[in-house]
Amino acid sequence: MLDVQKIRKDFPILKREVNGKLLVYLDNAATSQTPKQVMDAIVDYYSNYNANIHRGVHTLSQEATDKYEAARHKIQNHFNAAESHEIIFTSGTTHSINLVANGFSTLLEKGDELLVSAMEHHSNIVPWQMLAERTGAILKVIPMNLEGELLMDKYDDLLSDKTRLVFCNHISNALGTINPIEEIIQKAHGVGAAVLIDGAQAAPHIKVDVQKLDIDFYTVSAHKMCGPTGVGMLYGKEEWLNKLPPYQGGGEMIAEVTFEKTTYAELPHKFEAGTPNICGGIAFGAALDYMNSIGFEAIAAYEHELLEYATQKLLDIDGLKIYGTAKNKTSVISFNIEGIHPYDIGTILDKLGIAVRTGHHCAQPIMDFYGIPGTVRASFCFYNTKKEVDALVAGVKRAVNMLL
Amino acid sequence: MEIKEIQQEIVEEFSMFDDWMQRYEYMIELGKSLPLIDEKYKTDDNIIKGCQSKVWVHAELENDKLVFTADSDAIITKGIIAILIRAFSDQKPQNIIEADTEFIDEIGLKEHLSPNRANGLVSMIKQLKLYAVAYQTQLN
Ligand SMILES: Cc1ncc(COP(=O)(O)O)c(C=O)c1O
Repeated sequence: MLDVQKIRKDFPILKREVNGKLLVYLDNAATSQTPKQVMDAIVDYYSNYNANIHRGVHTLSQEATDKYEAARHKIQNHFNAAESHEIIFTSGTTHSINLVANGFSTLLEKGDELLVSAMEHHSNIVPWQMLAERTGAILKVIPMNLEGELLMDKYDDLLSDKTRLVFCNHISNALGTINPIEEIIQKAHGVGAAVLIDGAQAAPHIKVDVQKLDIDFYTVSAHKMCGPTGVGMLYGKEEWLNKLPPYQGGGEMIAEVTFEKTTYAELPHKFEAGTPNICGGIAFGAALDYMNSIGFEAIAAYEHELLEYATQKLLDIDGLKIYGTAKNKTSVISFNIEGIHPYDIGTILDKLGIAVRTGHHCAQPIMDFYGIPGTVRASFCFYNTKKEVDALVAGVKRAVNMLL
Repeated sequence: MEIKEIQQEIVEEFSMFDDWMQRYEYMIELGKSLPLIDEKYKTDDNIIKGCQSKVWVHAELENDKLVFTADSDAIITKGIIAILIRAFSDQKPQNIIEADTEFIDEIGLKEHLSPNRANGLVSMIKQLKLYAVAYQTQLN
């Protein structure tokens, strides 16, 4: 069992007030808060060994390089990648997906098929649409049911020897659905297709083993798992990363440059052009250390408890409807109240110091599917409490009283 | 009345409220009473981009004054529009162009002026002013 009161002490921001009320932060799916252990790593970097990496012979550069590469190893171990060079540092999930989508432009032909799930974040749709436009490949959608679960028999029908790539999130940011990625991957591999799993929402809640799941590409944003913004990773199987051309050109990613010809560096540097977010990478490692010190099993169990508690309490409110009722879901609750616009509820909740997200959550196709303009989304992290859930429920009731 | 005077009047009205609750309740009331836009103007062309809620605005010149009608699918947004329309509608385009918007801050709705795209107030004001510029050009 995790000691939530002790954990809350690690997050200075949880003590602040908003509009005269103690902050209740329930927008964790957008970005999570930062524990002081991670802040310490950032301060330590800038106080003691800020330097450019992989190039200097001086001590600071060596130390920064060592710490940055140590972070890569931590990430490798955490996700159980076979090789550390299969971990590419990126600026986050969006960058990771664009890197892969760009790479595939040289590997696709007109008429090749790409399968996308119906519940993707825009960042796992738009890069592939751009790819389809460039290559003449065809984008097809794996549909879902009203609960927000993918229709796996429809997926079977869509798969064919034309399928080259399947992309799907591990967990939906708008609905909380945990997708059956093991089955998705096995079936895609059965027709020789590669799979990219967008792990932006899963990595903060579940410990993922990329080898066991036989994942080809996996993407993560550090800022959703107690790390800083502007850093994340792409995991890619070595054989796939070797097939993809570099994404950006510049320093770091070259072996030799002449004006006639440039040869590229080995993995992972081939994909890491320019000075990276060194401090961010190191802080990402510190964030993983922090989460592992609490333990992902304890986190999952606790968050599940919060989810069940909040779901039950919210459903007591008249006219409240939850979108995303998959059997297998994480601590995300998207809801609306009959006759009230989500924006209005979000505005009143903010006045009460409660931070939720409102709108389409960068997943307009999902909102179109349900025929709604958006939802109110409360997303819980392991530092949230039942008392905060109570505050949310009371806040929603108050908003309803004012608005109806 | 001139825009400045109307704004002053709104500021005085809001100064009677002690807390945010009363301010928002008032805005919600205003929203509910907003004279609705003619359905035929609720087209996609008239939607203001950059708001989380949908906002439709229609502008029409009556004699030398610009009259705005509007609607939104969110009630607080409607309240804000009602305040804006009260301040800016039925005024000469040139005066709308020159009007400032500090009164929003004074009535305690500053958060709606944040450049955060979720809040449409900034786009709304811009749109009213754009209409004024367009009609002013037409008048010249
Ligand atoms: C499922 C999912 N994919 C992708 C992203 C994009 O992540 P980032 O903005 O960190 O690149 C998000 C973040 O909102 C997300 O929830």
